[in-house]
Amino acid sequence: MSILLNKDTRLVVQGFTGEAGTFHAKQCIEYGSKVVAGVTPGKGGTQHLGVPVFNTVEDAAMATGANASLIFVPPPFAADSILEAAAAGIKVIVCITEGIPVLDMARVKKALAGRPLPVLGGGGTPAPETPGAGRPVRLVGPNCPGVITPGQCKAGIMPGYIHKPGHVGVVSRSGTLTYEAVWQLTGQGLGQSTVVGIGGDPIAGSNFTDILKLFQADPETKAVVLIGEIGGTAEEEAAAYIKAEMDKPVFAFIAGRTAPPGRRMGHAGAIIEGGSGTHASKVKALEAAGITVVENLSSIGATVAKALGAAFAGSR
Amino acid sequence: MKLLEYEAKEIFAKYGIPVPRSGGVITDAAQLAEALKKAGDGPWVLKAQVLAGGRGKAGGVKIAKTPAEAEAIAKAMVGMKMVTHQTHGKALTVAEVLVNKCSDIKREIYIAVAMDRKGERPMVIASAEGGVAIEELAVSKPEAILKVPLDAVRGIEPFQARSLAFKLGIPAKELRSFTAFVTALARIFIDLDASLVEVNPLIITPDDKIVALDGKIVTDDNALFRQKALAERPDHEATDLELEAKKVGINYIGLDGDIGCMVNGAGLAMATMDTVALAGGMPANFLDVGGGATTEQVTAAFRIILTDPKVKAVLINIFGGIMKCDVIAQGVLSAVQKVEFKVPLIVRLEGTNVEQGRELLKKSGLRLTAADSLWDAAQKAVSALKENKQ
Repeated sequence: MSILLNKDTRLVVQGFTGEAGTFHAKQCIEYGSKVVAGVTPGKGGTQHLGVPVFNTVEDAAMATGANASLIFVPPPFAADSILEAAAAGIKVIVCITEGIPVLDMARVKKALAGRPLPVLGGGGTPAPETPGAGRPVRLVGPNCPGVITPGQCKAGIMPGYIHKPGHVGVVSRSGTLTYEAVWQLTGQGLGQSTVVGIGGDPIAGSNFTDILKLFQADPETKAVVLIGEIGGTAEEEAAAYIKAEMDKPVFAFIAGRTAPPGRRMGHAGAIIEGGSGTHASKVKALEAAGITVVENLSSIGATVAKALGAAFAGSR
Repeated sequence: MKLLEYEAKEIFAKYGIPVPRSGGVITDAAQLAEALKKAGDGPWVLKAQVLAGGRGKAGGVKIAKTPAEAEAIAKAMVGMKMVTHQTHGKALTVAEVLVNKCSDIKREIYIAVAMDRKGERPMVIASAEGGVAIEELAVSKPEAILKVPLDAVRGIEPFQARSLAFKLGIPAKELRSFTAFVTALARIFIDLDASLVEVNPLIITPDDKIVALDGKIVTDDNALFRQKALAERPDHEATDLELEAKKVGINYIGLDGDIGCMVNGAGLAMATMDTVALAGGMPANFLDVGGGATTEQVTAAFRIILTDPKVKAVLINIFGGIMKCDVIAQGVLSAVQKVEFKVPLIVRLEGTNVEQGRELLKKSGLRLTAADSLWDAAQKAVSALKENKQ
């Protein structure tokens, strides 16, 4: 078991024939991910990297049974691509694109809370589901490294080889910082169930709590590493959830202890967040929830290994 | 991007929001007479155009009753160095001074539109108790702050605007002008892809008119592709080095320490700064060369770091994911050959082909210190710095 992705996941790549899409889709295929389709409007009917290309996600899903999407579409069009995937019934949408305007994400989140509908008619359109029934859509990102279930499916831009199948769930707002933590875990012999980069944008498809809920429910995940950074209140909310609902051990690192307090958005952002969002407030909230907060990034792997040593003996 | 007060007020005026009569902006006291004429009869207010709150307390907002007073103030204010509670100890130079006709104030109101990250939508924030520091009010009397969640496409609904007006105690005859004002404020937020549009204070004059006495607009850099007019404006906040970095896709922020840092990825860059501090050092900058860390970016980053005279050691921390370590090592080598440097250089590489990368650096014969881990690198940078200083 794992969360979000597994060996049966059928990936469609949006923005497939572009430079980033081509490069990273190739890496995902080489890792063993089942990339069953690509989408580039206007290039439907062609083949790319040995995979069929479609004009729309709907066509791709109908023809190939794709159930997860990986998005590399440029920022001006990425929000639309997310909605297109959702409308086509894609269950897990991973958006890598960096630089999507915040207002676009506000609109996407509102639309996903409702249910975007496909254009009806024209043949081949799946029948719309019962109104109000809803379709579970899980968006991860944007501006994230993606999701990987080691040894089964990689949907993202992370280097595959640093991962190892196992039982530690990792959830992070950062890219290379996640690689650093995963690399240390692997170095300690601690494999990962699934590694999820939720991205660093102000409005994200999934927040820490969304992913923690999945890890808590996943029997293969025995412990979780949470990697946060200053700004926003997602870490504080995660701490409240962990305290109330989680019985699995959680380890955390928060980047930005020495970041200067300047460059913030003026008064109003701070007012909404009620004085939280700083490194100190996040560490305080996490520690109050009984979470081990690692101060030195370089010791995160060793700290987790030491704490889990006895519990994990023989089941790494 | 942050806009200056006068830029924000120009936008307000375009959207029909009442602003004080303006004499425009002067960059030299010699331009004052013309500005006073344009602003109408005195008294006038002269306001330093800098991107920081707390200007009043720092001497950046002054009232002049006569042209002679105005001239004395203008002479002192143009070019003055200003430190406020929002400048973090750094002095800002006042290049521009806004000249406005003074307004009579009966009441002050705080009002802003901001992005509510938690609610994932824009929100109007307002308080009838304007004039006091709004951050303090948020802590001491949170119930005094009104919040109106907005739709990210539609902006504020008329019933929301009316309800807000009644809750703020807007005079009955100004109900329409207030709802038009707050509707325009929300429209500006959406039209400009803003992350903050703030009016502090919105005043009610003795004859019950509303006027936006100050203005602040912060916009979303990600939306510049569709905000052509904004994209052409000068960025008042970034230093020359920061602008140069931006051009080549590097995210650079200058800091006060002496260990220059080059890292790929923003989170890892922050964590590297934290690690340097834990090892007893002080980072000279935040620098994210981008996830890919191409040879061009590494070279540019190296040059930018070394332009800062405070830098007495450089720490490179690259986690080569998709970008292989041998390629990054070559980038570092070519950068080092192109850019002259005299300070110790500590390199920590990790990731794909790390052995080849380390081998390349070792063989190059260049004066650099290789590190095995981030902690090792931070410690080596701090000790190299101490030796360099002796």
